[in-house]
Amino acid sequence: MAGNTEPLPPRAKLAVTAGRAAAAVSRVAGRGSGSVIGGKVSLRLDPDLLARLARHLDVILVSATNGKTTTTRLIAEALRASGPVVSNALGANMPAGITSALAGGSDARYGVIEVDEKYLAGVARDTTPKAIALLNLSRDQLDRAAETRMLAEKWREGLAGSKATVIANADDPLIVWAASSSPNVVWVAAGQEWKDDAWSCPSCGGVLQRPGDDWGCADCGFRRPRPTWALNGDYVLDPQGSAWPIHLQLPGRANKANAATSAAVAATFGVPPQVALERMYAVQAVAGRYDVVTFMDRQLRLLLAKNPAGWLETFSLIDPPPTPVILSVNARGADGTDTSWLWDVDYTRLAGHPIMVIGDRKLDLAVRLEVAGLDFRVCENADEAVRMAPPGRIEVIANYTAFQDLRRRVGN
Amino acid sequence: MSQNSLRLVWVYPDLLSTYGDQGNALVVERRARQRRLNVSRVDVRSDQQIPTSGDIYLIGGGEDRPQRLAAERLRRDGGLNRAVENGAIVFSVCAGYQILGHEFINDLGQREPGLGLLDVVSTRGEGERCVGDVLGDIDERLGLPPLTGFENHQGVTHLGPTARPFARVRLGKGNGTGDGTEGAWNDTVFGTYMHGPVLARNPQIADLLLKLALDVNALPPVDDRWYEALRNERMAAATQTA
Repeated sequence: MAGNTEPLPPRAKLAVTAGRAAAAVSRVAGRGSGSVIGGKVSLRLDPDLLARLARHLDVILVSATNGKTTTTRLIAEALRASGPVVSNALGANMPAGITSALAGGSDARYGVIEVDEKYLAGVARDTTPKAIALLNLSRDQLDRAAETRMLAEKWREGLAGSKATVIANADDPLIVWAASSSPNVVWVAAGQEWKDDAWSCPSCGGVLQRPGDDWGCADCGFRRPRPTWALNGDYVLDPQGSAWPIHLQLPGRANKANAATSAAVAATFGVPPQVALERMYAVQAVAGRYDVVTFMDRQLRLLLAKNPAGWLETFSLIDPPPTPVILSVNARGADGTDTSWLWDVDYTRLAGHPIMVIGDRKLDLAVRLEVAGLDFRVCENADEAVRMAPPGRIEVIANYTAFQDLRRRVGN
Repeated sequence: MSQNSLRLVWVYPDLLSTYGDQGNALVVERRARQRRLNVSRVDVRSDQQIPTSGDIYLIGGGEDRPQRLAAERLRRDGGLNRAVENGAIVFSVCAGYQILGHEFINDLGQREPGLGLLDVVSTRGEGERCVGDVLGDIDERLGLPPLTGFENHQGVTHLGPTARPFARVRLGKGNGTGDGTEGAWNDTVFGTYMHGPVLARNPQIADLLLKLALDVNALPPVDDRWYEALRNERMAAATQTA
């Protein structure tokens, strides 16, 4: 087990100190938490710093297209039952942000780390994790990201020699392809509503057959592995066949799936499912997501959805009509500059809700909703959209920078 | 085909529907229904036969390996070529556009035969990927307003003598040949690199496909307010970033 038995060498200590100083300067300058710039400074002074910091920890990596920030948080909560945890809880998930987060936790036993999909193989090499949780892979920011299947292929190559226990979603064929090169995999039937990135067999290119919850390739025999953990409605089934009820404050099926995966991760460190789940119930919101904010006498629930799979899961958790819905979409650098993905989202699921549309790309949304045959109002800003709705609950769904804009406006 | 029914075929969504090009099918379907046509839309997966009796066939963009798989399966199937012989209209985007030509470079770096429905040959560009908003002028014979779209590709497509450039770009790369051409068409088969999706950005192209399929010169007008607002915004944005 890890522990702080080995002190950091002087160069690494200097790198950590310089990184903290840079972060402080950045914070004072009002440029955010400073964790990324701090990490960059540290890594410049000591390129091996991430590996050195990780050596003192039991490292758990979490990666996915969707749900990685929330799952990182749930795993961190669960493992706190067993020892202090350091985590990049705010979602700075590239090497600089990760380094910065780990540098802040010298007393920790566990490092629970969210990793951007593109960096997983490299971070896994540097940090020698004990466990890696892989949730799902689907199309996201195609104007700048690698192709989805290529990403699965890179994960597969990167994880082939890993000694980590890989906790992976048996219901996502791309995840199964990525994980099945590892010698030690715990399969979790965590579900995946979005199926449109995995109709082709990741192994041979044949057409996958998907009867019910099962899937398999008739051409090469690549198929769904038998899971040992499962999400079943509102319960987590553990390998002994016990069913543990899930009572999260976080809404939706996807978060129950995140909890099931997190329970499986916690179990590999000896934390029983019941203990792990109870600790997860304390989580109300994650980096502002799912938060309910009172604004202009309405209760706004803030929901982040960045890609078609994310929007699909979000539609399944919102309150039914006539609850009003505000949609906000931007296409700045961090969002991806191509809005074509809006057409892969099935907006007819919003039929019956009053819909207000805002954001930099409200006109793309307007055409999308017009073609879906829905009634909607295009508004100039959040205030105008909120005013359109009567007092009460409003579901607000936004992509990445639109979500940050909203948080700033509604004071969350 | 009767004057008030329309059969729309969406080709291989399991392989070629990665960049929101499904929107093209949604736009054509919606605008046909707004004209009170009986529309039947068939989504044909790559393990199913391509029906030969469709009126309009739509093919989208996809990643490199699915593109090769789609070309292999479409060649083996032969249905799309028969449909074109029967007079069907085909509208293709990006990877789908390349497949309709004589050949393209596949994910293995090899020359992959296409369907030969458009007189074009595609190779892979040496430079950076073409990514961004595009503004262009559509072939004046088609009588359409300016083209707006989003491109995201590394292809270079050369036109042969029987293919006409679909448009000339004012901003953007288009066919990537450096001569300003974008896409290609002959009388019934169209190809473009434009996503967006392109028919949501250019509903008049969707109407052109409907008119060709129905063999009519005009369609009843529909409310294009939001399309027009989006077009104006995107054309202004393309001009500003250039």
